[in-house]
Amino acid sequence: MDYALFIGCQIPARLQSYEVSARKVLSEALGIGLIDIKEFNCCGYPVRNFDYNAFVLASARNLALAEKEDLDIIALCSCCYGSLKKVEYLLKKDQALKEWANQILDKEGLQYNGTTKARHFLSVFYHDVGIDAIAEKISRPFKDLRIATHYGCHALRPSEVVDFDDPVNPSVFDKLVEVTGAESVSWSMQLECCGAPVSGVNDRLSMDLMEKKIKNAQQADADYLCTACPYCQMQFDTVQSNTRARRGGNHLLPSIIYPQLLGLSMGMDPAELKIEENQIPILPITQFLSG
Amino acid sequence: MFFLISFYIALAIFAAGTLYKISTWFRFRVGPELDGVTSLTRVFAAFKGILKTLLSRKLFTLVRVFLLDGVLQLRILRESFSRWLMHICIFTGFMLLLLMHALGSIITANLFPQYLSTLNPYWFLRDLFGVLVILGIIIAIYRRFIRKEPYFISNFQDYYAIIIIAVILLSGVLLNGIKITSYTGYQDMVYSYMGMATDEDLDALEAYWVKNYGVVAPHKIKDMDEKTLEMGRQLHDMSCASCHSRPQSAPLSYGTAQLVSPIAKFLDRLPTTTILWHIHYLASLLLLAYLPFSKMFHILTGPASLMANAVMDEKSDPANIATRQALELDACTHCGTCTRNCSMRTVFEAIPNPDIFPSEKISAIKSLSAGKSLDDKEMMNLREGVLLCTNCRRCTVVCPVGINLQDMWFNVREKLFARDDYDFFTLSPFSFYRSLMREQLFGDDASQPAEQAMSAIAKMFPFRKNPEQPVCLTPSDEKVGEKAPDKELSADIKSFSYCFGCEACTTACPVVANYDNAEEALGLMPHQIMHCLALGMRDATLGSGMLWNCLTCYQCQEQCPQGVRITDIFYELKNLAILKVKEEEEEQTPQTKEYA
Repeated sequence: MDYALFIGCQIPARLQSYEVSARKVLSEALGIGLIDIKEFNCCGYPVRNFDYNAFVLASARNLALAEKEDLDIIALCSCCYGSLKKVEYLLKKDQALKEWANQILDKEGLQYNGTTKARHFLSVFYHDVGIDAIAEKISRPFKDLRIATHYGCHALRPSEVVDFDDPVNPSVFDKLVEVTGAESVSWSMQLECCGAPVSGVNDRLSMDLMEKKIKNAQQADADYLCTACPYCQMQFDTVQSNTRARRGGNHLLPSIIYPQLLGLSMGMDPAELKIEENQIPILPITQFLSG
Repeated sequence: MFFLISFYIALAIFAAGTLYKISTWFRFRVGPELDGVTSLTRVFAAFKGILKTLLSRKLFTLVRVFLLDGVLQLRILRESFSRWLMHICIFTGFMLLLLMHALGSIITANLFPQYLSTLNPYWFLRDLFGVLVILGIIIAIYRRFIRKEPYFISNFQDYYAIIIIAVILLSGVLLNGIKITSYTGYQDMVYSYMGMATDEDLDALEAYWVKNYGVVAPHKIKDMDEKTLEMGRQLHDMSCASCHSRPQSAPLSYGTAQLVSPIAKFLDRLPTTTILWHIHYLASLLLLAYLPFSKMFHILTGPASLMANAVMDEKSDPANIATRQALELDACTHCGTCTRNCSMRTVFEAIPNPDIFPSEKISAIKSLSAGKSLDDKEMMNLREGVLLCTNCRRCTVVCPVGINLQDMWFNVREKLFARDDYDFFTLSPFSFYRSLMREQLFGDDASQPAEQAMSAIAKMFPFRKNPEQPVCLTPSDEKVGEKAPDKELSADIKSFSYCFGCEACTTACPVVANYDNAEEALGLMPHQIMHCLALGMRDATLGSGMLWNCLTCYQCQEQCPQGVRITDIFYELKNLAILKVKEEEEEQTPQTKEYA
């Protein structure tokens, strides 16, 4: 199984630990081929507010680049995933839009015909690799670790476009966490937004939303949050730590990205998974490992 | 005399220009003004920083970076082999020509007392170095003008660089080739070095040189028999060989000589070599004098930028960071590597602002940092250009001269915002990075420019200017979705008409839930926006803060029992609002207004 790895813009600049750990678990441990396409550009997510055409074109070019290599895209960022999915959906529905985009892409000898699909990396774990195959690789399962899974809005919704999981009662992420031996706690605000999209636009609102979720997860007795999107992760890690410095309040709830959680339970070295790069320390999570 | 005077004039201009440029590194400011940091503080900070680095282990980093990235240019190699080959050919060839040939009497003659340009190995080496540079130029011309890579933009400096090097090299090669064929030149040498000789001797030597040394005689050679040639060879060995190697060992010049030999007699009657020598010499002096003001200055600033960036980080003295950034502006060669790798590159096709490209932003930033005024259009392009950036660091990672471009964009943004500029493009996830950085650097809120933009939009589209005035229910003629290129923005956009006002969207919205008095904080609620659209009051919705505070979490859309694509409609309204305010902005701002 080969995929074009789409790391987006946030991960290489600010969350390298995500890329490193994702490569380790996907390629090294589970044998998924990850092909790098250097020409990939921004998915278009941040320009969607101003310019629909720029948004469509950005994702269309990425899809076309992967299609040229005859690969599906695996996205590590939920917002990238949501954008790629939306454009995939739009270009399927709207012939005129597709022709317009292809006409511009043609300048670079590219075009998108709709064969390449974007995939969320959790989805690849769950559907393509399978829980059983992952379970075989778990050598040091967690014990007594309570995890609050945070799906990320753009992975889940709009469900008619993203086709990821049940938008109201999703379970993919929870099952992927449980295979590591950790317990996925039930928490009422699980499907709410982390607040990152309005960070810098309305910082107070962004911090409010993040704090509410943290509080809710703490009430559910979660030891850690687990994320699958760089925006969510930075919001729960860097922004949470900054916010506490400014606003004070309760103790911090650390957040770990899924490939690190999985990697640890597969017996990988915490340093190789770049565990120490978190703003809020997550190294203590290794105390929950058995064996 | 002419030689010396013109040389010293060029050298003086070069020296003055370099000093001027260095002074700008301590005066110009890319980012916002720093309190209490004057040019003098920056000079002292630089001395202190450099001294501290030289006395620490970082010295090894400097040496390593200088050798690997400066001399061997491995950063270019990592990007592209052809670009590296081009650059290394021009760089090595030209530097070696400079040292061995241009500064021959100073450097080579002192190192090798036997040095004579017409003797091997120098005779051969000069050609070899020339071939390197010419090969580099050919690759450069091919890349820039024939293959025409997408988004490879050329400006005056790029043309100048190729032309000046090409003129110096071609005039040199041509000069050398014609000199080989020149009978006058041959005669001069005979008079100077031959001493006493009979006519027979002279004929024999001439025959030998015409046969073996490429000289083109204006008359027919009397005897070319073996005896004459042998006599010529003996005379040659006696008088010439110690100073003159065979021209065949300089294949480029000899080839040129062969090429021009049919017209060599004609050329020899004209002052061809004098003209070519002047072109060659003056072009070299122009290169020297204009160096500090051209992109060729990167031969000094490039390694400086590479080394400074290798030992500095965000924790370095802000005064030194300011100095480094001013230096970086001079190090940029407009090579376009950043633009080729830019994440936002494709967006240019829809938003045709050249300042989206990192390589193109630099020139406006140069003006801005020098305190020059930009007109409104330039200002708007730059502002949008630095905002339409995902801060993915790709430009910084690939820059061959190591410029920290991402930091530069950040600082320009802060400079613009510090003087109360705002832009509608702040109303997007682009602001996420700025928020992270503000919080880390200053521990404060980053929302201010976005709030200003939001109120500017709200001012343009007031829901009801006068609460007493009844709401006009006449539908406007404009349709939602009219803006797209011959199509609706999204096929589902008209779904607002299915809304029956159940308020599920508003109830599901986490933003609405965050406020005690949401209407006061946000304006229209999601269901009210749908209702306005149904009433044909589209413009009334555009000023609503709800649109810009929307998380795009799609909770409303997912919950809607009627399948109204609420979040997608919000996107559409935001696009429309931006389109309108941008139009209005362009109409209203007087072009003469200056920013200094």
